[in-house]
Amino acid sequence: MNKGLILRKVCILRAGKPLIEVDHEISAGDVLTVMGPSGVGKSTLLAYITGTLASVFSGTGQILLDGDDVTLKPPYARRIGILFQDDLLFPHMSVGANLAFGMPPGGKKTTRLAKINDSLSEVGLAGYAGRDPATLSGGQKARVALVRMLLSDPRALLLDEAFSRLDAGLRVQVRDLVFRVAKERGLPVLMVTHDAEDALAAGGAIIQLESLSKG
Amino acid sequence: MLRLLPALTLLAMLGPVVAGLWGTVLPAFGHLPAAGLTGPSLDPFRELFAWGGLGAASRLSLTTGLVATALSLGIVALITAGWSGTRTFRALERLLSPLLSVPHAAAAFGLAFLIAPSGWVTRLISPTLTGWDRPPDLLILQDPLGLAMIAGLVIKEVPFLLLMTIAAMGQAQPRRSLLVAQSLGYGRLTGWLKTVFPRVYFQIRLPVYVVIAYSMSVVDVALILGPTTPPTLSVQIVKWMSDPDLAMRLTGAAAALLQLVLVIGALAFWWVGERVVARLGRGWIMSGSRGCMDAPFRAFSIGLGSISALAILLGLAGLAVWSFAAFWSFPNVLPDGFTMRTWARHGPDAIATMGETFLVAGIAVVLALALVLGCLEAEHRSGRMLSNRGMWMLYLPLLVPQTAFLPGLQTLLINLGADVGRLPVIFAHLVFVLPYVFLSLGDPWRSWDVRYATVATALGARPWSVFWRIRAPMLLRPILTATAVGIAVSVGQYLATLLIGGGRVSTLTTEAVALASGGDRRAIGVYGLLQTLAALVPFTLALIVPAVLWRNRKGLHE
Repeated sequence: MNKGLILRKVCILRAGKPLIEVDHEISAGDVLTVMGPSGVGKSTLLAYITGTLASVFSGTGQILLDGDDVTLKPPYARRIGILFQDDLLFPHMSVGANLAFGMPPGGKKTTRLAKINDSLSEVGLAGYAGRDPATLSGGQKARVALVRMLLSDPRALLLDEAFSRLDAGLRVQVRDLVFRVAKERGLPVLMVTHDAEDALAAGGAIIQLESLSKG
Repeated sequence: MLRLLPALTLLAMLGPVVAGLWGTVLPAFGHLPAAGLTGPSLDPFRELFAWGGLGAASRLSLTTGLVATALSLGIVALITAGWSGTRTFRALERLLSPLLSVPHAAAAFGLAFLIAPSGWVTRLISPTLTGWDRPPDLLILQDPLGLAMIAGLVIKEVPFLLLMTIAAMGQAQPRRSLLVAQSLGYGRLTGWLKTVFPRVYFQIRLPVYVVIAYSMSVVDVALILGPTTPPTLSVQIVKWMSDPDLAMRLTGAAAALLQLVLVIGALAFWWVGERVVARLGRGWIMSGSRGCMDAPFRAFSIGLGSISALAILLGLAGLAVWSFAAFWSFPNVLPDGFTMRTWARHGPDAIATMGETFLVAGIAVVLALALVLGCLEAEHRSGRMLSNRGMWMLYLPLLVPQTAFLPGLQTLLINLGADVGRLPVIFAHLVFVLPYVFLSLGDPWRSWDVRYATVATALGARPWSVFWRIRAPMLLRPILTATAVGIAVSVGQYLATLLIGGGRVSTLTTEAVALASGGDRRAIGVYGLLQTLAALVPFTLALIVPAVLWRNRKGLHE
């Protein structure tokens, strides 16, 4: 079985006209960086992979995840984690409830709680389970969002400008953490960014997207 | 199932309107099997045109509707132009928002208690200024020109149009336009009118049309404040429709069609007026005049806005004082004593009526919420937004005059042998509750960041799980506000309850309006006050519940 994320002849169309094309393999633990001018459709590519493409767009081509064709699977069954530039922690849930929401169901309540607390400790947030997400700092929120995504046991990781809201020092910290964890877990990572430093830090292949339909 | 909801919603909203219009057209042309009459014939129209009051009644309908709308819009435009973005404006906004939910009938009664010859205003200035030691013999209420009725409509439509304007301004970026205009030497008021108003007006056009149609065909306000000989056309229609002689329904149906034609005519007239004003406005913009009258107009507008808000607030206070008043001699400003007697006499009945009011409102609002949330969720999942035409559909039940289709709906129900009563009343209320719930919930629902849904889905949540566990709780506040709006709309319904209920369903509104002719101010005070509470308490809960429930969730209070 082929570990990793394969985008086979993926083409995104807007109103029937081709917008972007990608054909690439990302091995387990590797990072593919997608760059390009804003509006070219970088986020649309991610939406196609998560299965949440807006109705004005359509896509062709296959998405293979660990050898498994997920192209036609419903979005909730794909197990592809995504991080946006905003933390998007659910504001009506505590930090712990946010993590529990993403964890696969089952198991005893105490084991689930223990897992939540352990995961928080691993990113230096021990004892934060009961906190209101709105009271956390930007870096703390970013780490909770990462933990939430990891606890859902994803098979691939998508980053949509995930670090662009963080200020310089924090940015390096969070970025290194994300890449390290992805590597440890052998997750293929697809990162969309407009920041050359992000691309450099990722150390993987870089593709530059260009608009197919020149306006 | 979800895909069927938009169609079902349209059916619930437009079905009764279309059926009602059909039920109006048949008897208007002489067809009423229940009375042993078969058409077609033009006799009903001959009867109608033979009625001596027709000219005056039609004229009243037109003038009260158009003048009330023009005044309300003018006041709102001037206040917003002169004050938007200031602290005064925000204070006024906060004052007016709760007044939006005050039922029309209660506001009309309150105004009547203020401006009647024996009302608070005369009492305050008598006898020092006027020398009156008895209420003057002046026809202030129910004046033949309908001025009191226009005033009653204006104080209720100003909050409505102001809140609609504020909502529309969110998209127009008024601050930047105003800044540019001011840097070019324009005054605040003139700059706003020239740069922001045209865009904002485009957004609030449909609500303005609703105000026209509503004001022209309103029955409860006209019964309380409007002239009597002749009354407005809508009041006369209701009189004909409630006549024990079934044949009178034919005349009533013909008049209902005339009312529809009048409203269409008034809307067309307004539409032409829009173009004339736009042309004049373009000339005004081209002239480059910077506006030297800004200061007096600003003062004038805030004065009118405050009077409008105060009229409702003092009117409600008047209802409260009267409900507790013992003997109250003229020209004393306060009663000679206070007593619980009126409440003891009318309280138990009124509370029972309140139960019926909430039962009808509750079921109608739950149905409306289910349909609206279903439509919005279907819209979210299919990614297809409501089109411009859909927006018109949403406003259609509010644009067709109530007096044109509700009598027909009643006739149709009688012809079918269907039972009048609570269930038909609930569905009749739904016609009006649905659009308001939709309009109230649509914008906050759509402006929710859908990336939350993407994240939740990526974490493995199915669509309904995203709906119940993420979207609905995060949007609890707008959902509760929409619920409160729906309840207020249902509580305020007069004609739908009266006609479709066939006299067997009485709510606080129908009871209060029924008291109007008797002139028992103390009883009116009790019912008017409870009617207001029935509409206001849900709004208060809509503020308190999320605040308490999410007291430890700062992210939901921004």
